[in-house]
Amino acid sequence: MTATEDLTNTTSTDGAPALEDLVFEGSERVFRRGDDSAVLRMSEAEVAQLAIDAPNVALETNTDERTIMNMGPSHPSTHGVLRLVLELEGEVVKRSKPVVGYLHTGMEKTAEDLTYLQGATNVTRMDYASPLFSELAFSLAVEKLLEIEIPARATWIRMMMCELNRMSSHLLFMATNGMDLGAVSMMIYGWREREEVLRFFEMVTGLRMNHNYIRPGGVAADLPDGWTDEVQRLLEMIPPRLEEYDILMTGQPIWRERLQGVGVLNSAEALALGATGPVLRSTGFAWDLRRDDPYLAYDEVDFDVVVGTYGDCFDRYAIRLNEIRESMRIVQQCLDQMPKGDYRVQDKKVTPPPRARIDESMEALIHHFKIFTEGFKVPEGEVYAAVESPRGELGVYIVSDGGPKPYRMHVRGPSFINLQTLPHLMYDGLLADGVAVISSVDPIMGEVDR
Amino acid sequence: MTSLLAGLDPLFLNGVTLEVFIIVLVKVVISFGVLLVSVMLMVWFERKLVSDMQNRIGPNRAGPWGILQTLADGIKLFFKEDLQPDSSDPFVFKLAPYLSLVPAFLTFAIIPIGGDFTKAENPGTITFPDWLGGETTFLQLADPPVGVLLFLAMSSIAVYGVMLAGWASGSKYPLLGSVRASAQMVSYEAALGLSLATIFLQSRSLSTHDIVLDQAGAGWLGIIPHWNVIVTGFVPFVVFLIAATAELNRPPFDLVEAEQELVGGFHTEYSSIRFAMFFLAEFMNTVTLSAIMVTLFFGGPSGPILWDTIGWVWPILWFLLKLFAFLFTFVWFRATLPRFRYDQLMDLGWKVLIPISLGWFLFLAGRNVVDDRWPNTNGSLFSKEVIILLVITIAILALGAMLLYSAIRNAANKRELEEVTF
Repeated sequence: MTATEDLTNTTSTDGAPALEDLVFEGSERVFRRGDDSAVLRMSEAEVAQLAIDAPNVALETNTDERTIMNMGPSHPSTHGVLRLVLELEGEVVKRSKPVVGYLHTGMEKTAEDLTYLQGATNVTRMDYASPLFSELAFSLAVEKLLEIEIPARATWIRMMMCELNRMSSHLLFMATNGMDLGAVSMMIYGWREREEVLRFFEMVTGLRMNHNYIRPGGVAADLPDGWTDEVQRLLEMIPPRLEEYDILMTGQPIWRERLQGVGVLNSAEALALGATGPVLRSTGFAWDLRRDDPYLAYDEVDFDVVVGTYGDCFDRYAIRLNEIRESMRIVQQCLDQMPKGDYRVQDKKVTPPPRARIDESMEALIHHFKIFTEGFKVPEGEVYAAVESPRGELGVYIVSDGGPKPYRMHVRGPSFINLQTLPHLMYDGLLADGVAVISSVDPIMGEVDR
Repeated sequence: MTSLLAGLDPLFLNGVTLEVFIIVLVKVVISFGVLLVSVMLMVWFERKLVSDMQNRIGPNRAGPWGILQTLADGIKLFFKEDLQPDSSDPFVFKLAPYLSLVPAFLTFAIIPIGGDFTKAENPGTITFPDWLGGETTFLQLADPPVGVLLFLAMSSIAVYGVMLAGWASGSKYPLLGSVRASAQMVSYEAALGLSLATIFLQSRSLSTHDIVLDQAGAGWLGIIPHWNVIVTGFVPFVVFLIAATAELNRPPFDLVEAEQELVGGFHTEYSSIRFAMFFLAEFMNTVTLSAIMVTLFFGGPSGPILWDTIGWVWPILWFLLKLFAFLFTFVWFRATLPRFRYDQLMDLGWKVLIPISLGWFLFLAGRNVVDDRWPNTNGSLFSKEVIILLVITIAILALGAMLLYSAIRNAANKRELEEVTF
């Protein structure tokens, strides 16, 4: 189920404008052409030709003298290898064009050569700041095809780990957003808190990132002894640190000046561009898959969907800051309500047998051998499963031909789709605003390029 | 004649002999060396302090506590390949670093770094013991009558270094950096100069020696020092501190080399020792400007002399302590504040700092007029005349503020009509 289908029903009943009208209204503005457009539609060849024709500056348009400037792929604030071709008028950004593909490693294609069990190791490398979400979306999709029901404990472990991962991802955003705006100390503070969360991940999964922890059928291992103390320690440690962020950034006059009213988007435009996550919520459009299309056990926990009002960079910052707090609420509930039981489904065709069983049972040995060489077979069909990742709707679409490997896998990466909003957010702002905008969209290039 | 040419340094009163020449030479070498060493320590201090504020360790490899890190970096940069872009203007590209570095050195010459200013005879001097010639001299390299104007002139020349470096690189990021630099430094120089004008009004001199001397006496109640920061009522100091931070291109005003936007700003294309020169100049400016602030607002080396036997040590110690406080403040700024945006920076400079310093200058000038016309008020704050002055000043300031506000509104409306949105 996509965002669009579901919302058509809900909003039109409230008497609010129907979603189609809203999207149409947004697309009117978003898809304007010519010099007035926010998107620079110029091929690499044309840019190269321009460099020969007018090597120094002027690009003549019918309005003014404009310069083409290249930002990235190696630039301190393009979050890795994003490249932006900017058309500048003085220091004002006019049209711009994000260029992606510098981190392309063909992961979606690679997935066709990996079994469903190996698939999680592949997808976890996409969004490296929130790897558990990719694993979760992939596993949910495979489980839908297999039509298996996973145990309650596995569901709750997944939910808790994902919310902790949302915290670590948003803490990383706090760090990079501060750094991009020149509050360099914030970089270290954000990383310091993120590191605490990652330390817990290392305790549970053995790795700080790229965990391969959430797998089709459950999770890789049960929570280790003493996990409650660790989680409790995190929940006690982080809130005062967030208060410090409030002092250092939220209430800081320079910080507010830099972010408020910068990179403004409205709901119609955001919907027309397919933006999700904090970018969409900042426009005041409350859309969160955890609430609107509950997966795992999100319908059993109590949390708020944080929305903004103005759709500017400050709202996106504030939403993420408060989502950390909401995630902590969910983690607290997971801690209190964690059910007992098995951490993975007891289906011999999907779950590898425990090590001890292999020595005793011939059947177990065969299952183990089959799962790790050929992989388990998944019924024919196609499926789409989406989760609310820290960046928006992260969906995995899998087509199975009945074999042990996907016939085709496609990932709807929220970073990639949110990247479309960049030219519209940056239009008519200063170069410094452009940096704030890139930072507030928070793209992870591994997920953009896949 | 000699004394007029060479300032008022008693050293020159008896003509220029070999001894005098040697003393001046030694002073040149010492101030050069002290400045270089202090810059080295400042870089280390900044890195160490910032890392402390950020939960890091900072440099700790070269020498004890990493104190030789700057030296190691300098040596490394010296032996690096010197790269020059094809599209650059070769002559200007090579000239620019010197235009930055030389003024940074020169400014330090006018700073009095020691000498007891409370002495009745020859204040602010030290006298060498007889076996060293028995000469009496200022503890500053030069005391030209233009004094502080030299500092303003040097800081204006330093703008050229930054501006030309960006322009001569023949690349877009440095160009943007240098455009920002010239606008920023030129506009903040206005605020800087206006806040200094209050000092001149108060001390009635441009010479740094005289300004320090003026602050040496005891102030109100005999406890509060007679420093310009208090005498001129804090406002010029605050304006000066903000403008100086902007003039130094230090955070939160480091737009010129905003790493996250312009990569390296004006020095993006510079490498090796030429980059080191810019780096050196920047930190040297931080040290000299802090020293200028100490001299002009905080009484320079003045402070209590606790032991008479080593009396000449105390003023130097006080000076260094005050200097240290400012260096700490600059590092603190850097660790705490996010960066301004270009237009916000300009707004702050032109619409806030310059009007405030102008208004305050007007007030202090009026205050002086009151003192001149009605000497019987004796500088009392609550006499009738001073209150009349206050009322008139506030009225004029309010009128000025209203005019300024309406002008800004008017301009904003016009910009809106022209559909300029930022």
